[in-house]
Amino acid sequence: MRYLPLTDADRRAMLQAIGVGSLDSLYRDVPEGVRLKAPVELPRHMGELEVEREFQAFASGNLGTASMPSFLGAGAYRHHIPASVDHLIQRGEFLTSYTPYQPEVSQGTLQYLFEFQTQVALITGMEVANASMYDGASASAEAVAMANRLTQRKKAILSGGLHPHYREICATRGRWANFETVLAPPDPRGGEELAGMIDDKTSCVVVASPSFFGHLRDYSALANACHAKGALLVVAVAEVVSLGLVKPPGEMGADIVAAEGQSIGIPLSFGGPYLGLFAAREKFVRQMPGRLCGETVDAEGRRGWVLTLSTREQHIRREKATSNICTNSSLCALAFTIHLSLLGEAGLTRLAALNHANAVELAERLAAVKGVEVLNKAFFNELTLKLPKPAAEVVEALAERRILGGVPLSRFYPESPALSHLMLVAATEMNTQGEIEALAEALEEVL
Amino acid sequence: MDLSQDRKSRSAGAPAPAAAPSISGNRGLEIEEPLIFEQGQEGRTGVDLPEPRRSAERLGAMRRAGKIGLPGLSEPQVVRHYTRLSQKNYGIDSGLYPLGSCTMKHNPRLNEKVARLAGLVDLHPLQPVSTVQGALALIDRLAHWLKTLTGMPAVALSPGAGAHGELCGMIAIRAALEARGERGRRRVLVPESAHGTNPATGAECGFTIDPIPANAQGRVDLAAFKQKLGSDVAALMVTNPNTCGLFEPDMVELAARLHESGAYFYCDGANFNAIVGRVRPGDLGIDCMHINLHKTFSTPHGGGGPGSGPVVFSAALAPFAPLPWIVHGADGLCLVEHAQAAGAGSKPFGRLKGFHGQMGMFIRALAYMMSHGADGLAQVAADAVLNANYLLARLGDVLTPAFAGPCMHEALFDDRFLKDSGVSTLDFAKAMIDEGFHPMTMYFPLVVHGALLMEPTETESKESLDQFIAVVRGLAERAKEAGAAEAFHGAPYFTPRRRLDETAAARKPVLRWRPPQPASQAAE
Amino acid sequence: MLKFTQDHEWIRLEADGSATVGITQYAQEQLGDVVFVELPALGKEVAKGGDAAVVESVKAASEVYAPASGKVVAVNDKLTGEPALVNSSPMAEGWFFKLDLKDKGELASLMDEAAYGKFCEGLH
Repeated sequence: MRYLPLTDADRRAMLQAIGVGSLDSLYRDVPEGVRLKAPVELPRHMGELEVEREFQAFASGNLGTASMPSFLGAGAYRHHIPASVDHLIQRGEFLTSYTPYQPEVSQGTLQYLFEFQTQVALITGMEVANASMYDGASASAEAVAMANRLTQRKKAILSGGLHPHYREICATRGRWANFETVLAPPDPRGGEELAGMIDDKTSCVVVASPSFFGHLRDYSALANACHAKGALLVVAVAEVVSLGLVKPPGEMGADIVAAEGQSIGIPLSFGGPYLGLFAAREKFVRQMPGRLCGETVDAEGRRGWVLTLSTREQHIRREKATSNICTNSSLCALAFTIHLSLLGEAGLTRLAALNHANAVELAERLAAVKGVEVLNKAFFNELTLKLPKPAAEVVEALAERRILGGVPLSRFYPESPALSHLMLVAATEMNTQGEIEALAEALEEVL
Repeated sequence: MDLSQDRKSRSAGAPAPAAAPSISGNRGLEIEEPLIFEQGQEGRTGVDLPEPRRSAERLGAMRRAGKIGLPGLSEPQVVRHYTRLSQKNYGIDSGLYPLGSCTMKHNPRLNEKVARLAGLVDLHPLQPVSTVQGALALIDRLAHWLKTLTGMPAVALSPGAGAHGELCGMIAIRAALEARGERGRRRVLVPESAHGTNPATGAECGFTIDPIPANAQGRVDLAAFKQKLGSDVAALMVTNPNTCGLFEPDMVELAARLHESGAYFYCDGANFNAIVGRVRPGDLGIDCMHINLHKTFSTPHGGGGPGSGPVVFSAALAPFAPLPWIVHGADGLCLVEHAQAAGAGSKPFGRLKGFHGQMGMFIRALAYMMSHGADGLAQVAADAVLNANYLLARLGDVLTPAFAGPCMHEALFDDRFLKDSGVSTLDFAKAMIDEGFHPMTMYFPLVVHGALLMEPTETESKESLDQFIAVVRGLAERAKEAGAAEAFHGAPYFTPRRRLDETAAARKPVLRWRPPQPASQAAE
Repeated sequence: MLKFTQDHEWIRLEADGSATVGITQYAQEQLGDVVFVELPALGKEVAKGGDAAVVESVKAASEVYAPASGKVVAVNDKLTGEPALVNSSPMAEGWFFKLDLKDKGELASLMDEAAYGKFCEGLH
């Protein structure tokens, strides 16, 4: 078997060196009754060619965004990834290395994590960032837990403009970790006012920028309202390319930012693995979850990096840790860092401008389709459309015409008749004029 | 004769001259590499993007004012930068990586290839389900393999890593207890040898942690366990094989006592590599177990992640599994994303992760499983256990094994062999680095003093192990020599950086680059 | 009066009746470099033997317990910027907090310097 180097001769020699007659003796602590007498009922081993065929078969049962026009967003975005990114992350020293617990032989990982932390702080406008989390959604729940610890309060208010998965995950964690989550009703038109809901039991308010429905709002007044009552403002960002053009959370008074980094360097891959970004004010750093990479010097006085402030973490604090987290999303953080290094200031700004321009074109073209109402005045690259028919049907009809036209709100809120005719559409740098025209024409046919 | 062409070569006997000091700070292929922020320049870019087709703006008043501060670099500079960084790292591709409980096995490149296939890599998670039947079939197939290998009827695939899987399992237990009306059960029993994530996870779900001591053989003390059982116990969390690399022989008894008293049995599956294909944890009576796809099933560690931590469930806990679920419907496979659609008797406890789980890792793990097959996986476990026992046997005289053998897939030693030498476990590990090996796990599990935990995995050849053994034996002998300690204290000598000052890093944390202050401000 | 606990805290009765608390030379040696100290809030009520502070080294976090019951009336803010004081001067400049004692009688059961010295020798 190609991945197993031991030969039968090796095995015999090793058993002899160990001083046992057979492998079974090594399993002597396993009760006889539970030792399997035959291989489990699964297929036998296969060569590379056969395995590839299996996966080609799985792949051919799908119609992906590479093969047709796509306007899907809602927390995951189709962007172009430069060719160098995938080559570099597949270098064995990155791909097959472990967490940098032995810093002398992990300066590569530690240096890119330090660069990553800096980039995340810069684009979000915050003071300090960690070395990544599983995804934006679970990062938002960690942000709430952190706000609870900092304020010693147990009630989080979740905006109606926050991604429904982020809301569900925060609510799930609250239910089982004994803190309260107040879910404001879904806010498709972007007019919600949360300040009145804040009281002296509120630990934080969690909003999204842009909102799940695509709206852009300045949360500075809300930040002040939070701080006046001793609460914190958590801002979630699901589309980080927006930070190339839109006012960042750090400039709106955010205390903690939980973001999804998938848009920069990471393929869609049916929902994972993605990349949680987590940033906060420096004074809160000891309550931050996740790994942190810090600068120091070595025994010869040369600059280097190490994981630091580890006493927050599970392997030391155990039940008193800031979180149970062990793994981060390192390789995805590397992809993000490389892509953002290639983009630079000018590239990220231009990329964001391209996204917005295509979204403006999309909005104008679709507003001209009979029966379609665009609910957004201001937006970055995602809009909410109101349709004259239930959006779920429209999306299926568009798929039959080989267009991934949008995400119906009923996918997230199935029990909500008020939302049944709403659909989210996103445009990125990948949507051509032809694709936009195709979507508009298809909608005209379907509606 | 023509002596004008200067082609003298010296014989091997002549002494080699010493090196002159480096001008650049570089030493051959070891190249000093600054941060990207120290190399950027305005006007440089690594991408060529077209002009936007429109100039109209609809950002409200929300346009960003001011610069972000990101550096501009060209593609050649970026490629060179990250290539140089990679050369400072040790990976499984570099050599043996014997980290206990991490299962640093070879990461097959076939898995990388199939994860990048068009029709898989470009799928958006929210496409209409009719357009992704192949993806759902893949996930369903992985679920089938995991359930069959563990002998459990249900699996939740969404957790993003092992610790996330632990959270999933423990919340499911809380949900099950609540459904039975038993909110008073708040105590969770955890062996002292447990990985830190276990008590951290328990505490995060609102449980109080009650540690159980290990017996003299390194296993859960059965008598102590029985004494701690009570009507307020929610669960026992056990790693099996445990963190000392030993199989817990009393699993069936533990399960029986737990279930009898109305509690649940959580199993930490981090060490599944020792028994995969040879023992089914379901046969041991567990109620849930998380599996680390990045350990047992070879998905790459990537410098610390991403991972994937699916959780298998018993029939008792299956109804509480978190969303989303993949179910076989009338029109093919579909995703259940809301509790209302979960069917009668189902009470999913909520959602833990955005979208559906770590699909990229599902693809890699399933490719690994299919490559090995049932026969290959059983051989994986056998070779993993054989390799670890070989290390134990060949090192047991110069190092001090913590427990009598045989071990499972990892061998545990303590630091008694270093007693009075002035060399600590840490020093010993750093000296191994100079010999070209990543050290084994140090100081874990906590129940053993100065622990050294070695897990070679099944993908190491006997030659590789013999080389490792020779080095460890040599270092152990050297540590016992008088006056040897000082050299160990200075290790490593040959790495891109010597030992780093972790105290300074923790006392005055510098967690990001900042542009240097202009000279006049710095002087204040 | 200077007394010691088996968990390596010291407590000293001052002239003004308050009691200063810190950790011992032995403790700081065992801990290694101290990188951070989490001090109790002013006004906090602590019970004898209860959690009062946390002292962190690079690889460990250790609880510091109150040697006697009382109210926290002062904390050593210097430790925030200079945690190394705990290593260099554990009995003086590296003090943690001061208590307004509930019951001075609680000190009677603690060890004096000689007894603590013997106690440390017995450890290992």
